[in-house]
Amino acid sequence: MNLMQEFTKGIIKENPLFRLMLGTCPALAITTSVENGLGMGAAFTGVLLASNIVISLMRSIIPASVRIPAYVVIIASFVTMTDQLMHAFTPGVYKSLGIFIPLIVVNCIILGRAEAFASRNSVVPSIVDALGMGLGFTIALVMVCTFREVLGSGTFLGIQLLPEGIPAILMILPPGGFITLGCLLGFLNKMQKKYAL
Amino acid sequence: MKLMNSTNDLLLVTSSPHVHSRDSVPDAMRDVLIALVPALVCGLYFFRLPALMVIVSCLASAYGAEYLCLKLQNKPVPVREQSALVTGLLLSFCLPPSLPLWMAALGSAFAIVIVKHLFGGLGHNIFNPALIGRAFLLASFPVAMTRWTSPIDGVTTATPLGIMKEAAGQQLPEISQLFIGNVSGSIGETSALAVLAGGLYLLYRRHIDWRIPGSFLGTVFLLTALIGVVTGKGMLFPVFHLFAGGLFLGAFFMATDWVTSPVTKVGRLIFGAGCGAFVVLIRLKGGYPEGVAYSILLMNVVTPLIDRYTKARVFGGAK
Repeated sequence: MNLMQEFTKGIIKENPLFRLMLGTCPALAITTSVENGLGMGAAFTGVLLASNIVISLMRSIIPASVRIPAYVVIIASFVTMTDQLMHAFTPGVYKSLGIFIPLIVVNCIILGRAEAFASRNSVVPSIVDALGMGLGFTIALVMVCTFREVLGSGTFLGIQLLPEGIPAILMILPPGGFITLGCLLGFLNKMQKKYAL
Repeated sequence: MKLMNSTNDLLLVTSSPHVHSRDSVPDAMRDVLIALVPALVCGLYFFRLPALMVIVSCLASAYGAEYLCLKLQNKPVPVREQSALVTGLLLSFCLPPSLPLWMAALGSAFAIVIVKHLFGGLGHNIFNPALIGRAFLLASFPVAMTRWTSPIDGVTTATPLGIMKEAAGQQLPEISQLFIGNVSGSIGETSALAVLAGGLYLLYRRHIDWRIPGSFLGTVFLLTALIGVVTGKGMLFPVFHLFAGGLFLGAFFMATDWVTSPVTKVGRLIFGAGCGAFVVLIRLKGGYPEGVAYSILLMNVVTPLIDRYTKARVFGGAK
């Protein structure tokens, strides 16, 4: 098994957001600023990494018939830890992400990786898979965030780029999320066809 | 195929329909542009140079965006391309005259690119592009989009509906002034008279069905009359609501959009009544003083449903 391939597939070929169309709920809801995107990406990657490791280690002792509840319990424990850690160390991001941190429990990418990858592979490939998927999702989130923050608030990571009154507030409202994600998906699909990625 | 395009054109066999009308989309669009002229003249007379600049930016941006979109899709650009101009002109009619020009151009481009072409181009959009353009601008630039100026002298002032809703103490304009359009408001909406003239022309040319504006205006009038009588505001209340804001413009030019309104007769009555009910609800109970744009957009959403449930039964077919 080629580890490099396992790592890069999460970024382009099987990008969770742009290719598998998973995790669209946080991608629409919290992508109003790049800071949010990075915070969500980090929390997501942390949970995915930890749950992939544990599920991969326990894959031979979890009975197949109760595997989904077992995965959810494992994921939920790590989400709770992440939630508490973020509450303590990054209160600003914690506050602006709000309910979407606990909701990582039901993030279908994490459950999807557990079911499709970690439960069938050993620890090292599972780690690489988690890192690749986490990075892919974070990059995707930051792309959406960049468009929305620059066009909607006129800032990038809080740095003022456009003067007051120029940014279109709609872009940081819910319709802006749908418009940005839709346009990005269309553009990336076109690029994929053109360069056969 | 070889048989069909041989020299024997007389024996050409095609499927129905065989009877053709001379009507075409460019002709209909030209008639809409003609129908908008009275409102255009009134808007220019009342709001002068700023209005002209807003209208020109909207038209130029709409045409440019349309041209660009068609070119990018390798589609031919029709010589008599007028549908984009109709969208641009209608959008400029529902913008305040003091709006910065780049905002007007941005809204116009948004209407053409996002609302029209990303949904498949002319005839495929599910929302009225001009109205989404306005909704986009209102959500994006709430301050600039609600700065109204009085006619002729251009002093910042509230619209009649704004006075009604937020500044109860101020003097409301006379009904006659409201009818002519000598009040503050969007460029092309203030004069109910001019919009009515254009609307009647479209009705005469049979481009629009009386059912939509009829049930739309009728519902607003009936509901506000009922409220006027019950609350003791008198019969001036429904008349005021009929002529204030963009109700006439919406009823004759936006709600009747061929693409986004129902095709069945009963469906059109339901559509207009729904628009009217939403207008009254938003104006009297909602957060905004005016709700014509949102009411029509809300009904655009249910247009396919209305069409499905009002489909005519095939004569002699099963129940």
